[in-house]
Amino acid sequence: MAKVIEPSSTEERLDLRQMTDARVSLGRHGAGLPTRAQLSFLLDHARAREAVWTSVDRTALTDRLNRLGLSAVEVDSMASDRSIYVRRPDLGRLLEAASADRLKQAGAGKGYDVAIVVADGLSSSAVDLNAVPLIEAFVPKLSTLNLSAAPIVLANQARVALGDPVGEVLGAKLTIVLVGERPGLSAADSLGAYITYGPKQGNPDSGRNCVSNIREGGLPIREAAEIISKLIGDMMKTRVSGVALKSAVAKLPSSQV
Amino acid sequence: MAYKTTIEQTVFRFDDLKTLLAKATPERSGDQLAGIAAEGPVERLAAQMALANLPLKAFLDEELISSDDDEVSRLIAARHDPAAFSAVSSLTVGEFREWLLRPETTHDRLKAVTWGLTPEMVAAVSKIMRLQDMIAVSAKRRVVTRFRNTIGLAGRLSTRNQPNHPTDDSRGIIASAIDGLLMGSGDAVIGVNPATDATDDYIRIVSLLDELREKLQIPTQTCCLGHVTTAIQAIERGAPVDLVFQSVAGSEKANRGFGVDLALLKEAHEAGRSLGRGMPGANVMYFETGQGAALSADAHFGVDQQTMEARAYAVAREFDPLLVNTVVGFIGPEYLFNGKQIIRAGIEDHFCGKLLGLPMGVDVCYTNHADADQEDMDTLLTLLCAANVNFVITVPGADDIMLNYQSLSHHDAVYCRETLKRPPAPEFEKWLNEIGLTDRDGALIGEPAALSNYVRSSNLIGA
Repeated sequence: MAKVIEPSSTEERLDLRQMTDARVSLGRHGAGLPTRAQLSFLLDHARAREAVWTSVDRTALTDRLNRLGLSAVEVDSMASDRSIYVRRPDLGRLLEAASADRLKQAGAGKGYDVAIVVADGLSSSAVDLNAVPLIEAFVPKLSTLNLSAAPIVLANQARVALGDPVGEVLGAKLTIVLVGERPGLSAADSLGAYITYGPKQGNPDSGRNCVSNIREGGLPIREAAEIISKLIGDMMKTRVSGVALKSAVAKLPSSQV
Repeated sequence: MAYKTTIEQTVFRFDDLKTLLAKATPERSGDQLAGIAAEGPVERLAAQMALANLPLKAFLDEELISSDDDEVSRLIAARHDPAAFSAVSSLTVGEFREWLLRPETTHDRLKAVTWGLTPEMVAAVSKIMRLQDMIAVSAKRRVVTRFRNTIGLAGRLSTRNQPNHPTDDSRGIIASAIDGLLMGSGDAVIGVNPATDATDDYIRIVSLLDELREKLQIPTQTCCLGHVTTAIQAIERGAPVDLVFQSVAGSEKANRGFGVDLALLKEAHEAGRSLGRGMPGANVMYFETGQGAALSADAHFGVDQQTMEARAYAVAREFDPLLVNTVVGFIGPEYLFNGKQIIRAGIEDHFCGKLLGLPMGVDVCYTNHADADQEDMDTLLTLLCAANVNFVITVPGADDIMLNYQSLSHHDAVYCRETLKRPPAPEFEKWLNEIGLTDRDGALIGEPAALSNYVRSSNLIGA
C-alpha cells in the first residue's frame, strides 16, 4: 500500500515540531521515510563525516591569525593520520618530538602566562569556522587581565590532553585548548574550550574546566569569550582549575573576587 | 598455565587463559588499543584452535581476574551451579559449540544449563562461532520478563521509546514520546536519559511519563535513566518509579567508575521492588552495558573487551532485570572501529546475554566518528530479529538530539512489525489496536486524537 500517512490537519492538533528539535512528525510511506527526509538525514551524516575526516587548513588559519597580528606555530601529535587518530586516543595526547623542538624555539623560556592551542579534535569544520573568531574575541581580554600569550599553537591529530605537553614545553601557567567536538547530526561545527591551570603531561581531566557547544546556534562566540576570560581570571587568582575551582574561588578574600 | 597450538611446524604459545581469549577474539579496535589483540589472522586462528580444545572445566580452575581483588569474580564463583553444569561439564569449548547448535539442544535444555555457565565460558564459545551460529542458538533461547506487559515471547519484538531532550524540557520529552507512540513504539519501556542527575529533574521526568502512561492507559512501564542513588532518593520522596536503571560493567573497579557496587545495586533493587507498581513478582531493574566500558575506565585487567562485557551480565542477572541492553556502537571507533565490528559485537552480546539468562536487547547505534552508517544498522537490526532479540531502542528519525548519536528510528520498528512480522508484546499489541493506531493485522493505520492531542490534557505540561 503506497498511502502516505500525513499528520492530520484538524485545527486542534498541536505541532510536535514546535515542541522539540528532534526529528518528529516526519511522515512515512510504509516503514520508509519520505524521500526528502531520508536524503536530508544522509546530508547531515555526510556533513558530520566530512567534519571528522577532512583536515584543518592550517595555512589559511595561520594567515587569518597573522592578519590579527598573532603568530602561529604548527605541531603534530604522535597519531600520524586520521585513521590512527580515531583508533588511538593515547597517541593523540602525545607530542611528536620534532614538534616539541619547534615549540621550544618558538617560545620556551619567555615566561608566557597563557598558551592557546587550536586542536582539530573530531571536527575540522568547528575549527575552520569558529576558532579564529573566538581567539579574536578573547585575546584582547588577556591584555586587560595583564596576561601574556604565547604564539598560537595549531595542533594536528590532537586530543584535548595534548595541551598539557604543549603548555609544559612553553612553560605557560595555563593552557586553553580550542578543540573540534565530536559532530552530531544537527551540528557538526561545535567548538569546545578546555582550560587547565598548570599544564603537565598526565593531568587528569577533572583538572580542566570546559566550555562546550561554541557555535552559531549554540553558545555564541561573544558569550563564550566572556566565560573563558572569567575562568582564566579565577584560575590565575586561585592557581587551581577543574572541579576544585569553585570552592577555591569561594575561599578567596572578598577584595579579590 | 600456558596453551599451545602447532600450525605447519610453527608453535604458537599463549601464556595464560586471558591471553588465549584475547588472541582468539575476532578483530576489534579496543583490544588493539589495549595491546592484547592477535598479531594477525594466523595467530588468531592458532588461538581459536587452542581454545576449541580447551575443556570448559578450565574456566573453573583458572580465574581471569582473581576473586581476592574483585567482587564480580567472587559473584561468578559463588553463583556457579555444578548440577546445572553437569550437562556440558565433559565438553571442550569446541564440542560445546556443536552441542549448542544441535536441534536436540532445545530451549528447555539451554534454560536448564543457564546457571551452570559462567560469562567466561559463553564468551569463549562465541569467539569460535560465526554470526549465523550465534543467531541460530540465540533464536532458540527465550527469556521472558514482566512488569505491566510480557516481553521476550517467541517471534515478538519490543521497543524502548527514548524521548530524550538536550535540556530535559517537559514539552520536548512528551512531544518525542508521542511521536514514538504514534509509530507504535514503547512497549519495552518509555525511557529518558536525563541531561542532569538532579533528583528534582528525575522526579519531574518520571512524573511526566507516569501521567502519560496513566492517562492513555498504556500497558507499558516508564523509566528515567538516572543513577541508582538518584532513583533511591526519588523513591524515598514518593516518586512514581517503575524501573530502576543503572549502567554496569564486568569488574568491581569498572563498576566503581560508575559509582556502584553489588551492595548498592541490591539496595536499589529492593527499593524498586518495595513500590509494587508492576504485576506480582515483576522484574524492576533495567541495565545498560557495552563492550569497552571496562577498558575506558582502565579496569579491564588485561582481559579482552568482549569477555569483560559478558562478565557484566553476571552482575545484571543477579538482580532479575526486566530489560538489559548493550549500547553497542555508542562508545566509539577506538573500541569498535566500523560497521563490521559493531555488527559482530551486537550479535555476540545478545548471544552471551541470552545464554546467561538475560532478557537481552540491543541499542543498535553508532557515532559519527565510527566508520558506520544506517545500512550497517539495517543489517544488524535484521540479524537481531532473526536471533529473537527481546527489544531495540528507537528515537525520532534515528537522531538522538541529546546524546548526539544515531540509534534506530521509530520507522525501523514499523519495518520489523510489517516486513519481518515481529509484533510487540501482546498486551501492547492489543492496546495499539484498541486505541485506533493499528488494524487487526497490526499495520499502522491512523493517528487517534487521544494521542495527537494528549498535550492539551496533561496536567504537568499544559498546552
